[in-house]
Parts: sequence; C-alpha cells; structure tokens
Amino acid sequence: MTLHSKRKFVNGLALSLAMAAMAFGLFWLLWILVTVFQLGVSGLSLSLFTEMTPPPGATDGGLLNAIVGSLIMVSLATLIGTPVGLLTGIYLAEYGRYNALGNATRFINDLLLSAPSIVIGLFVYAVVVATTGKFSAWSGVIALALIVLPVVVRTTENMLQLIPNTLREAAFALGAPKSVVISKVTLRAARAGVMTGVLLAVARIAGETAPLLFTALSNQFWSLNMNEPMANLPVMIFKFAMSPFSNWQELAWAGVFLITLGVLALNIIARVFLRAEKIN
Amino acid sequence: MVDPNQEPKAGQAFGLHLSTGGGNAAAALSGAAVATIESKTSAVRTFGDRLFAGASSTFAVLTLLLLGGIMVSLTIASWPSIKAFGIGFLFSTDWNPPMEKFGALIPVYGTLVTSAIALLIAVPVSFGIALFLTELSPAWLRRPLGTAIELLAAIPSIVYGMWGLLVFVPIFAEYIQPFLQATLGKVPVIGALFAGPPLGIGLLCAGIILAIMIIPYIASVMRDVFEVTPPMLKESAYGVGCTTWEVMWGVVLPYTKTGVIGGVMLGLGRALGETMAVTFVIGNTNFLNSPSLFDPGNSITSALANEFAEADPGLHTSSLMELGLILFVITMIVLVVSKLLLRQLAKGEGAKS
Repeated sequence: MTLHSKRKFVNGLALSLAMAAMAFGLFWLLWILVTVFQLGVSGLSLSLFTEMTPPPGATDGGLLNAIVGSLIMVSLATLIGTPVGLLTGIYLAEYGRYNALGNATRFINDLLLSAPSIVIGLFVYAVVVATTGKFSAWSGVIALALIVLPVVVRTTENMLQLIPNTLREAAFALGAPKSVVISKVTLRAARAGVMTGVLLAVARIAGETAPLLFTALSNQFWSLNMNEPMANLPVMIFKFAMSPFSNWQELAWAGVFLITLGVLALNIIARVFLRAEKIN
Repeated sequence: MVDPNQEPKAGQAFGLHLSTGGGNAAAALSGAAVATIESKTSAVRTFGDRLFAGASSTFAVLTLLLLGGIMVSLTIASWPSIKAFGIGFLFSTDWNPPMEKFGALIPVYGTLVTSAIALLIAVPVSFGIALFLTELSPAWLRRPLGTAIELLAAIPSIVYGMWGLLVFVPIFAEYIQPFLQATLGKVPVIGALFAGPPLGIGLLCAGIILAIMIIPYIASVMRDVFEVTPPMLKESAYGVGCTTWEVMWGVVLPYTKTGVIGGVMLGLGRALGETMAVTFVIGNTNFLNSPSLFDPGNSITSALANEFAEADPGLHTSSLMELGLILFVITMIVLVVSKLLLRQLAKGEGAKS
C-alpha cells in the first residue's frame, strides 16, 4: 500500500468511526426515550393523579401523594437554593472577581457542582436527621437545595460576566451606587441566563433520588407534614421498580415517564429561552 | 445653568454633586436643603450598598464553608468506624453487620472497576462524537445533534437504572454476554474477565450504563476545547496537505490535551459518584470470588443506597459513613485534578495562539 492510499484509508476509517460514535450516542438516547414513552404511556391513567400509592397486593392505586410530595420538595428547595445561589453568584462576578475569597469560592463551587449527590444526602443525614432524630421532608428539601445552589451560582456568575463592562461604567457614571448598578442594570441584563440556570437546577433535582433516600425517605400515605417523611416520585420509583408486583412496576414506569417528560421539557424550555434572548 | 429646584430630584436619583455656585439667599437655602436630602439619601444608599455587599459575600463564604462542612461532618460521623478498623478498613473484604465486622474493599473495588469500564468505553466514543461535531457535521446539524447528546446527561439516573434493569439487562444477558464469552472469553489472559454465568446484572453491565451516562459530559468538554483551537493552526495543517484525521490527531489533540484530560477526569468524577443507575444493575452482593466482570458486585454508592436507611446505629452506620467519606475524598481529588488541567488550558489559550 502506498503512503498516500494508507493515509487516505486511515482517514476514512477514523471518520467513519467518528460517525459510528455519534450514532452510538444517539442510539442509546432513542432507545431509552422510546421505551420510557411506550411503557410510560401505557401506564398512564386518571387514577395515577387521583389515587395514593397502593399497599402490597392491591391491584389499583396511583401516584398522587408522590407527585404532590415531589412538587412540594422541589419548589421549596428551589425557593431556598435560588436566592443564596444568586447572591453568591453576584458576589463572584461583581465583588470578588479577582480576590482570594472569590477565587476560592469559585473553585469550591465547581467541586460542589460535581460532588456525588449521595454524599450530600449523607451530609444532611449527619447534620439534620441525626440531630433531630427523625427523617423529615425538610431534610430532603435541604439536601435538594444544596444541589440547586452550585448550579445557580455557576450560571449566575457566568451570565453576569458576559455583561459588557461598558454597561456597568455607564451606570456608575450616572452616579448609581453599586447595589443599584447590580440589581437594576447587570442582573436585569442577565435575567434570561439566570432564569435558565434556575430551570436547569430544577430539572436536575426533579429526578434526584440518592439525596432523598436517607432524608425525606418515602411515605406510602398522604402527608403534607414537613416534619415527617414525605412521599416523592424518585424514591417511589426506586421501591416499585425493584418490587416483584407487576402493577407496582407499571406505576414505576408511569412515574419514570412523568419525570423524564418534565426534565426534558425543562431542559428544552431553558435552551429555547436562552437562545431567544441571545438573538434579541 | 441648572435650575436649583430640579436639584433634589437629580440628587435623589443619582447622588450627583452639582455646584449651584449661588450668590443669593434663596439659592443658598435651597443648596442647604439639597445637602441634607443628599446626606440622607446617600446614607440610605451606603446602607443598601453595604447590606448588598455583606449579604452576597456572606453567602459566598457559606458556599465556601459547605465543602469543609461536608468533610468535617462525614469524618465525625464515621469516627467510630475509623477508630475500630483503622487503615485495615480499606483492605478488608468483610461486610458482616450482625458480627459488626466491616471492610471497604469490595465496594471500593466495585466503584473503581465500574468507573474504569465506563471510561474505557466512553472516552473513545466521546472523542468520536466531538470529532464528528467539530469537523464532520454539516453546520445545520451541529446544534440539534449536540443538544441530543447533552440530553443524555439530562435524563435522571433513576431512569437509566430502571431502564437498565428491566430493558437492557435481559438483552445483555441473552445476546451480548454469550457473544463476549464466545469471542473475548477465549483469549488467554483476559478471558477470565468474561467467565461465569451470563446473569446480565453485574460489574460489566453497570460499567456500560455508566459509560452511556458520562459520554455527554466528556464529549461536551472535548467539543468545547476542540473549538478553542486557533483556526490558524488547523488551517496551516490542512494547508500542508494533512487529512482531517491527521489534523485532529496530530494538531488539535496535542494542543488541547490538558483540556481533554480534564474532561475525562470530569467524567470519571461523575462515574464514581453515580448512585441510582449502578444500584439497579450491579447486583448488590458482597462477594469477590473471581476476577470476572460478569459477577455481581457492590459499589460504594450502591452499598449506601441499599443499606443506609436500614442500618443499625453504631458501627454499621458509621462504616457506611466512612464509605461515603472515602467516595467524597476520591471524587474531590479527581475533580481538583480536572479543574486544574482545564484551567491550565484556559491560561495557555491566550499565549499560544
């Protein structure tokens, strides 16, 4: 084989393999989505949204308590995590962009962003559950809020850094104090990006199971008491999917379908939202 | 000349000091009024400023302390086990709750082996995907395909777990494992890795599902760093007659290698800490009898997910806490290395191009 044809061959082979790799990635995505939609849609029914999770042996039942529990915990976690993350992000971008505290916090925040979520669960167990002596919905909320935090910090900081400095200078030149410059000028200009970060954070915690396993636990019954274990979709799916009862597995598939649909929708909305704002 | 009556308004809005330079009494009077208004509003402003700066830096410090808090609380919670088993904890295969004998070797082995399998599969595939997205894909397909790969990362891990156990495992056991046994299983040394009954669940299955889960992370870092390669470098290589593959392998990859390794480490960090998907398919047994990857096993995360909520307080709980601490330390080291490598690339960016 001549050098030329050998090079051509290697190139062709490598590029075909790259295409195959792309197809490989898409193949899993499609396979997972198709199964989840097929099995999930067949498990959908009205009783899913009106009935509680069934006890072992029962043939009917729904996911109402788990759906409501998940909604409550995810909303509260977002409400707690977002302001803290927002202010930290503002600090990193506007006050501590170059100082030691800013650099250290940025570094640590990036580590927290990828920290295993089960370790966050252990931490909240050790700090909250072990000291209060019981599993509670609040501890689950705290664990989820700790996962929201780094995501919001990261996107807020990134989005604020994209704001051109001329905007800040113009505001300062008009005599606006720093707090006004940040809240009325830079943060407002970065609004869409910051919202995207919050949406992505919600999407991330909506399916989180590991940090809830030893904090909010699960609850077979309807409960809105934040000091007691609360039912939630991910842990319910975990329990039901591992069970031998076929109606439990069906409910688990329906739950997986709901979560996947919600998470994908949030992701796509966040992307569209950000792109629309960028074009403007 | 500025109308003195307008001044308080202007002052209120922006805190500007406009000199009235007035000679008559009226002007002096209004100047004094302006001064008091100004000092009031500026006091409010500095208070607001201070509050804002204080609140944001407080939360920055809190975020900073969170990592230390996790470390300290896990260490305290696992102290009984650290005291009881010492360093031997890491090398013992015991896991016997009734006898209160615990060792971390099997879960640590499971975590490392599944992550290694995941990297072995995910790194070349991610490189191919990044290559396709940066060099081969038509421009209009780039964004949708990139988004599709990123959506793989958005799917919650519990979905991977349930899909893996109920859909993938039966197919894996029926077709792929016998195939592997018939081919790679016959090769002398590595054949032992594919011995044993094809159960489906086990270390190999967990590794494959982990690979699918970390592909989007590694591929997106690779794509990003490939895109920062100065076009001039690539164009010069194309100019002397290199093929696309030679440009990627000989120019782009060496230029971005720190970033690529950073991305791989990021993926590794994800794989080490992944919980639900692994728990579903790894088999959850505490035996280590053969080197076979077909054997069911246990990982740190699956041990925690299965046992923690029902563990007895005391040594069992604190041993599990120590497993969590080990996992946290390993992941943090991997992530720190990843961050430092990526940062090094970002620094070099300006200098080299």
